[in-house]
Amino acid sequence: MKKFKNVESVIAYIDRKNIDTDAIIPKQYLKSVTREGFGETLFDDWRYIDPGKLGDNHSLRKKNPEFFLHNSKYDGAKILLAGDNFGCGSSREHAVWAIMDYGFDVVISTSFADIFYNNCFKNGLLPIVLSQDDFEAISARISDKNNQYAVSLENQLISCIDFEIKFEIDKRRKHVLLEGIDDISETLKLSKKIKNYEDSKFIKTPWIFNG
Amino acid sequence: MKKTLYDKLWEEHHIHTYDNGYSLIYVDKHLIHEVTSPQAFEGLRQANRSIWNKKSIMAVPDHNVPTTMRENGIKDPISKIQVDALNKNCKTNNLLKFDLEDIRQGIVHVVGPEQGIILPGMTVVCGDSHTSTHGALAALAFGIGTSEVEHVLATQCLLQKKSLNMNINIIGEMPEHFYSKDLALLIISKIGTAGGTGHAIEYSGASIRNLSMEARMTLCNMTIEAGATTGLIAVDKKTIDYVENKPYAPKGKDFLQAKKYWENLISDEQATYDKTVNIDIGSAGPMMTWGTSPEMAVNIDGRLPDLDEEQFSSKRQDLLNAFSYMGLKEKQDINSIKLDKIFIGSCTNSRIEDLRIVANIVKNKKVSSNIKSAIIVPGSGLVKEEAEKEGLDKIFTKSGFEWRSPGCSMCLGMNDDKLNEYERCASTSNRNFEGRQGRLSRTHLVSPATAAAAAIYGHFIDIRDII
Repeated sequence: MKKFKNVESVIAYIDRKNIDTDAIIPKQYLKSVTREGFGETLFDDWRYIDPGKLGDNHSLRKKNPEFFLHNSKYDGAKILLAGDNFGCGSSREHAVWAIMDYGFDVVISTSFADIFYNNCFKNGLLPIVLSQDDFEAISARISDKNNQYAVSLENQLISCIDFEIKFEIDKRRKHVLLEGIDDISETLKLSKKIKNYEDSKFIKTPWIFNG
Repeated sequence: MKKTLYDKLWEEHHIHTYDNGYSLIYVDKHLIHEVTSPQAFEGLRQANRSIWNKKSIMAVPDHNVPTTMRENGIKDPISKIQVDALNKNCKTNNLLKFDLEDIRQGIVHVVGPEQGIILPGMTVVCGDSHTSTHGALAALAFGIGTSEVEHVLATQCLLQKKSLNMNINIIGEMPEHFYSKDLALLIISKIGTAGGTGHAIEYSGASIRNLSMEARMTLCNMTIEAGATTGLIAVDKKTIDYVENKPYAPKGKDFLQAKKYWENLISDEQATYDKTVNIDIGSAGPMMTWGTSPEMAVNIDGRLPDLDEEQFSSKRQDLLNAFSYMGLKEKQDINSIKLDKIFIGSCTNSRIEDLRIVANIVKNKKVSSNIKSAIIVPGSGLVKEEAEKEGLDKIFTKSGFEWRSPGCSMCLGMNDDKLNEYERCASTSNRNFEGRQGRLSRTHLVSPATAAAAAIYGHFIDIRDII
């Protein structure tokens, strides 16, 4: 996994709560067997007026001009800001792949669904949880002319020229992103412990190993 | 220290504690389907890693398989690539898999318990959020993403932070015609779709004990719609009776040893929970969702909400958006909501008891003429076989329902079973998000009984008014 670097960009704001993973990446794109190419169909149903499917040339489709991603002030945005309970619903990691493939490195909300939140850290996407007050403070500023922000994971800080917000993140999660840690290699360092556990389990609950 | 069921399951599978609050948890059973596993197998190959315990895995194609004309194979070439990838990955690694042609094939969360592959006390994961279903057997079961699927394949473990304990205590008896699906919707409407986030939910109360195993599965299945990845019900006699004699369950002496272990899978008396929610169902009635989130659910008896009076966890603008998307109005008479399609199936409601309930209601009646299609998709080939043995399929087809082959079908519309734009469906599935059953589709989540009644009348109706 790539190491997480500081991000500088405008913040793209979608004023909506409970954005589910079906909305982030609709089912027809889950038929892909790779992790790439989901960015073009991020928020597909909201973003395009006509229906699309896997393999289409999406640049030829009719865009919904009112959709936030088509607002030129959000061009090149790497930071996404959205309402409560972002990423609820299905466990599809394609949602994270789509957000990253589009170009976002950071998602900010007041809360995330558990599975989505976990999936972020497996891919190098930083989900930032803010208090309601901080969320409102930052969302109120988005319409300002100067919507240029920096996110530092090291300092746990979202900042712009005249404003800054600290955010909390647990130490391990932070470390995983900053170092681009491969969880599988880390776990395999404990192989012996896992085998010992299996040995004792084989005596206590042998039926687990049937099948 | 008194322990909850979740505490016990956690401790039993705990291998290692890191100094940062994380733990390494052992996974007993890993369920796999065609949509969320190909990238995980590819990741393993690229890193030249092997599978830790092949015997822990059960694979079955379900998400995008056709439910008609199976004999012709999979017509959609893109879906076929995914199912072929699953076949290849299972064959290369010699993994247990139930093929499309196998009578044991079906929805992964129906097949697992049905085969006795899921047993009480296990840790169970699957790249599918409705893995919470298996908590009905007191298994610590939750959905994971594809990277975690790869992690489990390679290590048999997961890095986890322990969840908080939440008790949802049901007060009162289940009223007549109030099913566990209604109970799930009632709970979600009370605590909201993020109400259980960060928690493992345990369902308790006398009425939970009175639920059948299949009804418990329905309830635990929709725990994820309340924000919790895990929903648990303690072991009792029903749990053990259900498991006994299942094909992959332990037999003879092994069964007796297992039984003794399983009987301890209950929360200690006076165990403490981080959060307790009491829900009184004494006067509850059949439920339906009217909006675009499972929490937008109301009692079917009466009218859609009056936004000035009702208290919802969603904000007003979201509710207005939902009314607009669904093509409905505030305070609208629920009986006036006409339907286009009926879907009975999904990992929530496609088991034999669900089908019997439907058959009871539609027997000798006809699907209303305004219903363009009414489909019944059994949860597995074995559910289908049992239903046919009982003659339910004849009742369904005579009434005008289509009787399909097993799969996830219109729950998520990855195959041909979907809604067209603006079509309205009474669905026994679990999600009513925008576009869930097809672009611009309008989904109302209901119990099988309510869906069956809606099929006959062509609009929503309180089941208690017609029986």
